[in-house]
Amino acid sequence: MSFPLLTATAALPALGAIATAAVPAARRTAAKWLALLVSVATLALAAIQLVRFEPGGDRYQLTESHAWIKDFGVRYELGVDGIGVALIGLTALLIPFIIAAGWHDADPLETNSSRWRPTQGFFALILAVEAMVVLSFEATDVFLFYILFEAMLIPMYFLIGGFGDRAHAQGDEAAATQRSYAAVKFLLYNLVGGLIMLAAVIGLYVVAGSFSLSEIAAARASGSLHMATNTERLLFLGFFFAFAVKAPLWPLHTWLPNAMGEATAPVAVLITAVVDKVGTFAMLRFCLQLFPEASKWATPVIVVLAVISIIYGALLAVGQRDIKRLVAYASISHFGFIIMGIFAMTSQGQSGATLYMINHGISTAALMLVAGFLISRRGSRLISDYGGVQKVAPVLAGTFLIGGLATLSLPGLAPFVSEFLVLVGTFSRYPVAGVIATLGIVLAALYVLVLYQRTMTGPVKAEVQGMPDLKVRELLVVAPLIALLIFLGVYPKPLTDIVNPAVRQTMSDVQKKDPNPVVEAAK
Amino acid sequence: MNPVNYLYLAALLFTIGAAGVLIRRNAIVVFMCVELMLNACNLAFVCFSRLHGNLDGQVIAFFTMVVAAAEVVVGLAIIVSLFRSRHSASVDDASLMKL
Amino acid sequence: MDNLIALLIAAPLLGAAVLLCGGRRLDGIGHWLGTLLAGASFVLGAVLFVDMLDRSAGHRTVTKHLFSWVPVEGFQADVGFQLDQLSMTFVLLITGVGTLIHIYSIGYMEHDENRRRFFGYLNLFLAAMLLLVLADNYLLLYVGWEGVGLASYLLIGFWQHKPSAATAAKKAFLVNRVGDMGLSIAIMVMFTTFGSFTFPAVLGGADGASSGRNTAIGLMLLLAACGKSAQVPLQSWLGDAMEGPTPVSALIHAATMVTAGVYLITRSGAVFNAVPDVQTVVVIVGGVTLLFGAIVGCAKDDIKKALAGSTMSQIGYMILATGLGPIGYAFAIMHLVTHGFFKAGLFLGAGSVMHGMNDEVDMRKYGGLRKYMPVTFVTFGLGYLAIIGFPGLSGFFSKDKIIEAAFAKGGTEGWILGAVTLLGAAITAYYMTRVMILTFFGEERWKHAKTPSPDQPSVEPAAETHGAHDEPHPHESPKSMTIPMIVLAFGSVFAGGIFGIGDRFVKWLEPITSFSHGDSPVGQWTVTAATIVCLLVGVGLAIAQYGRGPVPVVAPRGSLLTRAARRDLLQDDFNHVVLVRGGEHLTRSLVYLDHSLVDGVVNGTAASVGGLSGRLRKLQNGFARSYAVSMFGGAVVIIAATLLMRAV
Repeated sequence: MSFPLLTATAALPALGAIATAAVPAARRTAAKWLALLVSVATLALAAIQLVRFEPGGDRYQLTESHAWIKDFGVRYELGVDGIGVALIGLTALLIPFIIAAGWHDADPLETNSSRWRPTQGFFALILAVEAMVVLSFEATDVFLFYILFEAMLIPMYFLIGGFGDRAHAQGDEAAATQRSYAAVKFLLYNLVGGLIMLAAVIGLYVVAGSFSLSEIAAARASGSLHMATNTERLLFLGFFFAFAVKAPLWPLHTWLPNAMGEATAPVAVLITAVVDKVGTFAMLRFCLQLFPEASKWATPVIVVLAVISIIYGALLAVGQRDIKRLVAYASISHFGFIIMGIFAMTSQGQSGATLYMINHGISTAALMLVAGFLISRRGSRLISDYGGVQKVAPVLAGTFLIGGLATLSLPGLAPFVSEFLVLVGTFSRYPVAGVIATLGIVLAALYVLVLYQRTMTGPVKAEVQGMPDLKVRELLVVAPLIALLIFLGVYPKPLTDIVNPAVRQTMSDVQKKDPNPVVEAAK
Repeated sequence: MNPVNYLYLAALLFTIGAAGVLIRRNAIVVFMCVELMLNACNLAFVCFSRLHGNLDGQVIAFFTMVVAAAEVVVGLAIIVSLFRSRHSASVDDASLMKL
Repeated sequence: MDNLIALLIAAPLLGAAVLLCGGRRLDGIGHWLGTLLAGASFVLGAVLFVDMLDRSAGHRTVTKHLFSWVPVEGFQADVGFQLDQLSMTFVLLITGVGTLIHIYSIGYMEHDENRRRFFGYLNLFLAAMLLLVLADNYLLLYVGWEGVGLASYLLIGFWQHKPSAATAAKKAFLVNRVGDMGLSIAIMVMFTTFGSFTFPAVLGGADGASSGRNTAIGLMLLLAACGKSAQVPLQSWLGDAMEGPTPVSALIHAATMVTAGVYLITRSGAVFNAVPDVQTVVVIVGGVTLLFGAIVGCAKDDIKKALAGSTMSQIGYMILATGLGPIGYAFAIMHLVTHGFFKAGLFLGAGSVMHGMNDEVDMRKYGGLRKYMPVTFVTFGLGYLAIIGFPGLSGFFSKDKIIEAAFAKGGTEGWILGAVTLLGAAITAYYMTRVMILTFFGEERWKHAKTPSPDQPSVEPAAETHGAHDEPHPHESPKSMTIPMIVLAFGSVFAGGIFGIGDRFVKWLEPITSFSHGDSPVGQWTVTAATIVCLLVGVGLAIAQYGRGPVPVVAPRGSLLTRAARRDLLQDDFNHVVLVRGGEHLTRSLVYLDHSLVDGVVNGTAASVGGLSGRLRKLQNGFARSYAVSMFGGAVVIIAATLLMRAV
């Protein structure tokens, strides 16, 4: 038996989490370095996955399969396709940056010298989330996926509720209240989604007699498993609801601004750039593959909801007064794009959506982490508390601008490629949706530039005076992300090569063909 | 005499017992009413045994007596300790069983 | 040879990267490096030009495929370049004028502590603009298109500490984004129609596509052009864009970037030719903007804003010419090039004046400057003569041709267009003469006027570093600034003649734009005569109004039209009321709704569940007897149910 690479990629951060948590209270710095080391090692494993993965080969590669709960036919079954391996790469890539950016976020306050070890816990929880997210990208057993999908809520709950943003206008008391509100809201929303999904998972087992994705898909393809139309639709809705909450899709989105606003910036990145991607990823892998007919049936409604998300999220972002909530609403808008791309059922749309997941992760990380650095300097999240930062801290302003430009999908930066693919892919099947969604690019420019104008330009405010520019650690966090944004914007081919075959297979799952160009069709 | 009449009697006794449980406040009386209901049941069982011509009902009646005896033991113990702590045998005084 | 094309873009791009990432340690040499790379780009362009001239007219197009950019199932976007006569014209204009303005900026920005960053942005602009004109497909063009938008945003907002500059930059980017949306949709329609968006596929296939689709593509491209080229209804950003340093106004907002819309329409000629209705729309847009810009230009007292109105108006001419189809494309581009020379020259002259006048921009506080700034006066004057179409100078050749072509459109339409263009020529002569008189002639009004005081910051704070707020001492600018002005003045004088005589320029572009002569109802000389008459009328009016008496330092209230024109014909007020206010109300109410409705539904559900359980809790009163009642009640219900089931 070959080396279980997939298990190792998930097990390493899991073990790392335990080890980090076990570091003695006094050795805080050691715990940080340990966590960083583990995350970098995980990145190395993810890189090996990317290298070993053959784009033209089998659908699921590097597979592992062991019996787990025999009575229910639950198996520990892992495998990655192009989409999965790319997202694992993204996750493993972002975690070291998240850890480095949050280096001081969980340092105990001087006033509070309890024996509790918040620092160790913070980094251990981040690693735990990484382990579960990675494993959920690898799981090809529905039950295994479900467990991970739910289990990752636990560390996330503590990360949101336990380690809030210290920059709070209304004082510590109010901060704690709002934080716990945000954490509970996050948990409840996702639990409700998960509960409905659990019913659907059980229903799927009753209908299909198996939890294995490949078995069910094969049985469906060969015709030996026939689902009644209504059954399929109900099961699809059960799965989709959970993923839509996680993604989040309008109108199930309201937990995200609270969670991202109250959490520290690195945790906010963890939520939107990493954990939420499980939702959109699962739509591609489970919804489309298990329930192709129902997916097609639901497509028009979902595309409409996605378009609403795009416009609505962007409009709300324009109206925000809190930097982090603004980024959260921008993310809602972007998730609208991703979901629209997935359900446009065209190759361009789905490739675009997959690239979008990755590019959005990187661009939001860049913007949000710089925003976090900014907030930590001034101790406020309100946009109106800033002004003229560019004059005082030009590098910070410059990186912030690039992050913002990536968010508004400026051509030449990575998100443009994916956004345009999604738009083209949608337009060729749903022209109206495509055109309305294009309005989103104007609104994106509006909220990004207004944010930049209000915080960075104009006369230097008194409180901003003397604000230090980015430190070396912070620059090391941001610079690689920006470099990556530019590289993937100019040369996304390595990524598309990996993603394309997987998209082709998904397209054949749902038995959809791209619409032909009009002129060619006429010939 | 028609055995069905005993059933009517059992029903009557049961109703008296039930009403007593619901209406009276004194724990001892409530307790005795519970006993009355149990015995009404016993009467019914014996009567059924006679009607069907087998011994099942009588067997169950014995079980009931055992249960009733056990209940007396536990119940009286509770009432006594309740009386000690609250100096009252009223069931309404003990209303701690709520959220 | 074709590798040079990539190098052409790479040079300024490298400059931008080095200058922007290099940090303060490059402050000393940054401007030289930037200028050097711009110059290198121009030299490369010249080499390519010579190479192109060596080949016969039909074989001049060079293509270079660099790498596959976005390869996705059924969707193929490449990074590839196409250098033909049209792109070549732009390359030489961009790199040539660009290099001159780099040189000018060395002097102009000398006292700005961020000069290195300024040159970085300028280089970035050059790279993006070259990418725009060299791309061989629309998606790559789009990259350049937004790239110049970004550079323009950065440069307009270069003095970010001024709120007005930051706002103007944001406005420019946003309005441009609306146009970009058009380009984006156009590319999507192209993709669904032709399965590709390379120039050969789209332009070659345009004839085969349905007119509905061509109309969609054409209108969306026009929207894009309106945004970038400041045409009605997306023109509002250009006046505000004058907040940027003057070299930026000269390069980006006069000579090159704003003409990108003309390039786009000319490049997509095949699509527009296929749908005459869209061409009519293009002509209307051009015609309306032509007059709009000219009227605005008449009322502005800010020298740069007056020139901005003029730019808008001149680009209106070009857009109008492109809307005429094959009879107009070549003239549009020709006017674009000559306009590039004289308008850049005028802006540089304006910058020179401001440089010498403590950055005062109000022309009413100038006057009689010809004695103090002879070089500026002469170069500005030549640019002035060129723009009003003085016979023999550049503008005469190019504008006259457009007016001819407008008449040649034929029918009533031709007469209307001809009249509009002639009227435009007259107004141009009027407002440019006004600028000329107010600035260089008349009494020296600045001697008594207060110059910008610290509490009323001037528009151009570069000179605030001079620290001078007393009475200005007009002086000639340094050599680094005057030399580019002189070179551009040469261009303003001779370019038209070189291009126009013997139809050289038309023949040069013919393989790309397929020239055709229209049948003009009026003779060529009649048109020329009419143009000259209009010119004289305009100049005469201006002299009558401003040249004969003292000019008030504070602008008189003016007629209704003047007041409206000062406010950009109320376009901004309209935008403010409809878009800004409306948008604010919309977002505010949405924020409220998101909290109260969307979130409220969820919170409401939670609250009602909570309330229900609160009610249910009351049943648990702790009285043993009430529990007994519910037990009995339950038992009765169960028995009743059982009996009922039996009975049924």
